[in-house]
This record gives sequence, structure tokens and C-alpha cells, in this order.
Amino acid sequence: MDKIPILRMGSFLLVTIQVDLYDRLALNLENDLVQMVYQTGARGVLIDISAVSIVDSFMGRILGNIASMTRVLDAETVVVGMQPAVAITLIELGLSLKGVHTALDVERGMALLQTQYGLHTQSADDDVDELE
Amino acid sequence: MWMSLSRDKMTITREQDMVPFRNRVKEAAVKIGMGLVNQTKLITAASELFRNMIRYAGKGEVLIEVISKGRESGIRLTFSDQGPGIADIALAMQDGYSTGKSLGLGLPGTKRLVNEFTLQSTLGQGTTITIVKWKNG
Repeated sequence: MDKIPILRMGSFLLVTIQVDLYDRLALNLENDLVQMVYQTGARGVLIDISAVSIVDSFMGRILGNIASMTRVLDAETVVVGMQPAVAITLIELGLSLKGVHTALDVERGMALLQTQYGLHTQSADDDVDELE
Repeated sequence: MWMSLSRDKMTITREQDMVPFRNRVKEAAVKIGMGLVNQTKLITAASELFRNMIRYAGKGEVLIEVISKGRESGIRLTFSDQGPGIADIALAMQDGYSTGKSLGLGLPGTKRLVNEFTLQSTLGQGTTITIVKWKNG
């Protein structure tokens, strides 16, 4: 079974979606992420979709669900790296990703979590640098 | 008049066929030089219809064609299934309506993403949906 890896960076979780998703894979990610937020007590989740070429209504709904579910568990979710063509298509499709925070890239997404929500990775800078 | 330049038929039986199916649609779109935004719209529309087919009919077939009309070339996708059919097409084409657990954006959203959209459905016999995305449409 395919699985999307979830990386832990202090009090954040980082997910980089590198493969094209089919529905089961997206549903598993939703489930795994919510479990992981609960288990690790993470306060922020960053989902990097820069390698994703298609976000359809199902995938959009999954992103919305993840944001709502993690919020109930006291964690903020930021979706980063959306390609312009994907953004254009999503809006025309009629999906505005309400309730989902977005940022241009991982760095800005991280900054958003840190400044707006006052959240910090525990061993801050070292971890972040390694992943860049 | 439309001319079909190439035809590629794909049988869809399970959800995991989605990724190879998208790749074949993308291949056809790249072949005619369709720009990235139109490609993305076409593949997104194709994903929505693929999911509907799997969800409501369980399986079906898609015909992927490169077509031309005058100087314009495009991709035509024909989704046909022998599923239960759509009881009220006008209702199914409304934003926010769904008999499944989705957002109900599938059909009306798909129509917005493509240049031509035709839907034929007979209760108990199946549904055929054809979409066309022109290269510069």
C-alpha cells in the first residue's frame, strides 16, 4: 500500500506530496495526519503540494477536512506551493478552499505558523535548515 | 465538422486506474501542444468524471480522442458506463447537489472547465458524458 510520509519538525508536521493522488491515498493521508497530530501534540501542519499537478473537488475536500479536523485538535494547517494552473482550475471548478490557510512556499508557510499563531518548532533553526 | 485524428480506448474498473488514466489524457494534451492551464483544467475535469463513473457505475470506458475542427485541435473524452443512470439531469447539473457524499461540484464544475459538455443518461441503462477541450479554448 502506498503511503505519504509525514515528517515531524518540533511542534510542526510536514507533508510533501510527491506523487499523484488517487482517492484512497488521499483518505489515508487525512487519517494518518489527524492521528499523528493527536499522538505528537503538533500545533502546526504544513502540506506542500508543489509537486501536485491536479487538485479536483475530492482532493480539495480532503484538504478542507484536514484543516477542520486538525483545528479541532488545536493545530493550524497551511497548504503551500500550489501551482498557478491548479489555483486557476480550482476557482473555476467552484472550490475556494474555505478555512484552509495557504502560503506560497514552505518557508512562508512556516513563517505564517510562527508569526500569526505564535507557534515554534522546538529545536527551531537546525531542523528547518536541514530540510530546505 | 469534427475530425478524429487518434483514438485511444481505456477500460476503467477500479479507483487506482485514475493515475494511469490521467497520464494518458495528459499525453494526448501534450501531443497537441495544449498549454499548462488548459491541460490542468482538462485533467481535473477528467478526474471528476472518472470518479463519478467509479462511484455510481462501478466501471466503464473512456475514449480519448485527438480531434480537429478547421485549424483548431483539441481533446475529446467520452465516458460511457452501464450504471444506474442519472434520474434528474437538471438537478445533477446544479452546484451543490449530490446524491453521494461529495460537494456536488463534479458535474457543474466539470462543465465550467471544458469548452463542450454533453450528457446523455437513461435510467437503468447507463450514462455517456462527452467533453471537449480545445487547445486554445
